[in-house]
Amino acid sequence: MSKENEMKNNSVNEAASEKKEQFSLNDDRRVKVLSPGAMVAKRFFRNRIAVVGLCILAFMFVFSFIGGILTPYGENQQFYTTEYLNKPYAGAVMNEEFRYMSAPGQDFRADIQAQLIRANNKGETEFTWLNVTYGIIQEGEGFYRVTNADGSDLGIAFTDTVKSSIAGQTLSYEFTLEALRAYANNTGSFTVDGKTYTVDEGGGVVEGDKDVAFISRYIVNAISPDIFLSRQFQEELVEELEAGAETFTFTGEDGEARTYLIEYRPDVKQWQIKQAEPTRVYDKYASPSLEHPLGTDRHGMDMLTRLMYGGRISLVIGIIVEFIGTFLGMIMGGLAGYFGKWVDQLIMRIVDIFYCIPSTPILIILGAAMDALNVDPSLRMLYLMLILGFLNWPGMARLIRGQILSLREQEFMTATEAGGIRVSRRIFKHLIPNVIPQIIVSVTMGMGGVIITEASLSFLGLGVKFPYASWGNIINDVNNTYVLTNYWFIWIPAGALLLLTVLAFNLVGDGLRDAFDPKMKR
Amino acid sequence: MRKYIIKRLLLAVIIFFFVMLIIYTVLRCLPSSYVETIAREKSQQPGSKSYQEWLDQLNAMYGLDKGIIPGYIGWLGEFFTGHFGDSWKYTVPVIDKFNEVVWLSFEMGVITMILELIIAIPLGIIAATKQYSKTDYTISILALAFISLPTFFFIALLKLVFCIKIQIPDPATGSMMGLFPLTGLFSRTYNQMTPVQQFFDRAWHLVLPITTLVIISIGGLMRYTRTNMLEVLNADYIRTARAKGLSEKKVIYHHAFRNTLIPLVTIVGGSLPGLFSGALFTETMFSLPGIGYISYNAMISGDIPFSMFYLAFLAILTLLGNLIADILYAVVDPRVRLA
Repeated sequence: MSKENEMKNNSVNEAASEKKEQFSLNDDRRVKVLSPGAMVAKRFFRNRIAVVGLCILAFMFVFSFIGGILTPYGENQQFYTTEYLNKPYAGAVMNEEFRYMSAPGQDFRADIQAQLIRANNKGETEFTWLNVTYGIIQEGEGFYRVTNADGSDLGIAFTDTVKSSIAGQTLSYEFTLEALRAYANNTGSFTVDGKTYTVDEGGGVVEGDKDVAFISRYIVNAISPDIFLSRQFQEELVEELEAGAETFTFTGEDGEARTYLIEYRPDVKQWQIKQAEPTRVYDKYASPSLEHPLGTDRHGMDMLTRLMYGGRISLVIGIIVEFIGTFLGMIMGGLAGYFGKWVDQLIMRIVDIFYCIPSTPILIILGAAMDALNVDPSLRMLYLMLILGFLNWPGMARLIRGQILSLREQEFMTATEAGGIRVSRRIFKHLIPNVIPQIIVSVTMGMGGVIITEASLSFLGLGVKFPYASWGNIINDVNNTYVLTNYWFIWIPAGALLLLTVLAFNLVGDGLRDAFDPKMKR
Repeated sequence: MRKYIIKRLLLAVIIFFFVMLIIYTVLRCLPSSYVETIAREKSQQPGSKSYQEWLDQLNAMYGLDKGIIPGYIGWLGEFFTGHFGDSWKYTVPVIDKFNEVVWLSFEMGVITMILELIIAIPLGIIAATKQYSKTDYTISILALAFISLPTFFFIALLKLVFCIKIQIPDPATGSMMGLFPLTGLFSRTYNQMTPVQQFFDRAWHLVLPITTLVIISIGGLMRYTRTNMLEVLNADYIRTARAKGLSEKKVIYHHAFRNTLIPLVTIVGGSLPGLFSGALFTETMFSLPGIGYISYNAMISGDIPFSMFYLAFLAILTLLGNLIADILYAVVDPRVRLA
């Protein structure tokens, strides 16, 4: 305790008490008495840098532990967004080959179809196949009717196609035949089943003023079978196809104009029509906005929330690891320091051995092994804490042993011995409390180190694993150069928090050391 | 003195024995499916032996079919007779791969150490001589900040600033490129360059890694220098020197600094073997083929022979470092009596 401080206290108290009552010079009440703890606190709070460190730490704890509760989002809550993707919508092809249709009750088999083409190419009007003679009647250009030997229809072969304009309506053989015949010969109208239809030049088949079907050389089919393409759509599309356009805008019945992309694929002589369709995807790497102040990460999770939970994990791991290390170190160091001789020799050699173990490579190997075995992420975190804690004790043991070695020789220890106090009580009640200042300083400084180690391992993907957040595994994304370049909000906040936390622990540790032992102040 | 060194050496050998026993046990206690996984992977490579053959071979090769202690004794025997085995990942003898990559790490380590000494020691001394001044606070806080800096984050920042944001025209093609390369040790056109160009190309690739290493290691030495200098400045002989009427310059650089050198020489000497140990994070993030990066890849792919060798190598370096520090301590400071 420095005299300077006491003098200062005295003068301050004197000034204050002048106004109140006068005490005699040697009155105890004139001197404000501070407990050792209060003195330490006073010295600590006079150190501005250490107080800054303490404020940062306080902020980190609030941010991580209370922030996680206040945030409206969960640790692993994923957000979605709508993206427009060009999905295949329809396909179109110009029909150059015959299509076939069997008459009711007839079977226009594939072998007969082949014979028809052969005969037609030779210009014959009839052909014989399997002892049956079939007749070919040309109804129009690229439109033939095939008859059986008895003159009845077997079926028709045509290149212009007839498509229904009404969803769900199937067109009969009779209708198809008559419609094509009317279209080919430009007769304008035909009658089927007592109904009269008219055929216009564009190929539309109308009953009264109702569209029934239309005839076209192009075949347009939707990719998905539950989409019905209206006649108007098909006609407008065909116009665009013939004009060689690359996009096509169509206003549907709902009055909404949609734009389609047309791609011609020369290898199969087909057109593919693509529609920009809204798709639900993870809202990944979203820029900072009001909803997500720091954007979202590659899984579409809110970055700020991840940082809060990451901080929680980093701090908890730091605390637990330091606790394990201190606990083991206290026992081993206490035993070594108190008993000396062979116990000390043995424990210190064990400490030497542990000092010599290359901890980072060991942690990497264990991490890789856990990867290979697909260890559950939460179990992994537990192992990580245990391993780090176990690798942490030798430093603490060495520190405590050194302190105890010198304390052991002091008079108060002789007094405890003379008083017949139990050994365990002498170590843990009288020796260890005297080492507590050093332990506190060492734990505070050590926390920074543990947090860095954990973050480094998580950064390599060998520590805390997804779905758990950790500042280290958040920064891990910078391994992707695109993220490094374009998404600062993914990794800079995490790195800054990590740096600040570690720095704060070091600053507070430094401040505490100076406060506990002003003589050592450098 | 000789007796002391021999005693320390013997102790180091014993410690090495137990350190490697622990490491061997840890690697052995990894669930056996780990070796099976490796064997399965190996057997799936084209033209490879069958799974069972690999498994048996691996087990026999690493004494996994024996108990831990006999297996360890076997490994130790092999190690000390110079048989380090073949690396699974690199499919060459471990020692060949090691010899190929360790020199880059050594080179980086030496350059880093020289820069570190040149920068950290003067700054530490300045901070100590101007204790409680603004300079002192700045240096102390900077030193703490450097100590607290997570390597990987610092590298990412450096890359963002110097490889992406700052662009210069490429002298060869005229297109824009980063001031420093993102990764690697050579440019693509390295083989077409003249030896002088090759030298500069290599140096150009090493600027950022070495900057990183210097920055992250400088803080500790700065603090250490400052603490020791302060201790010396409070000593009686410094007061005597001042009382004699020596100039402040002479007091500090002649009397005080020489005495500060005692702990500095010890700690620097002790870190000499560490020059070979490589920088795992820096090398990995810059993809530099040094011992750190190569062993990192070996370790994560479960290359047991290489990992065992690397761990043994690191343990030896640590022991050697402690030994050198202890001996130097006694050599430099005549007040120290060796027991």
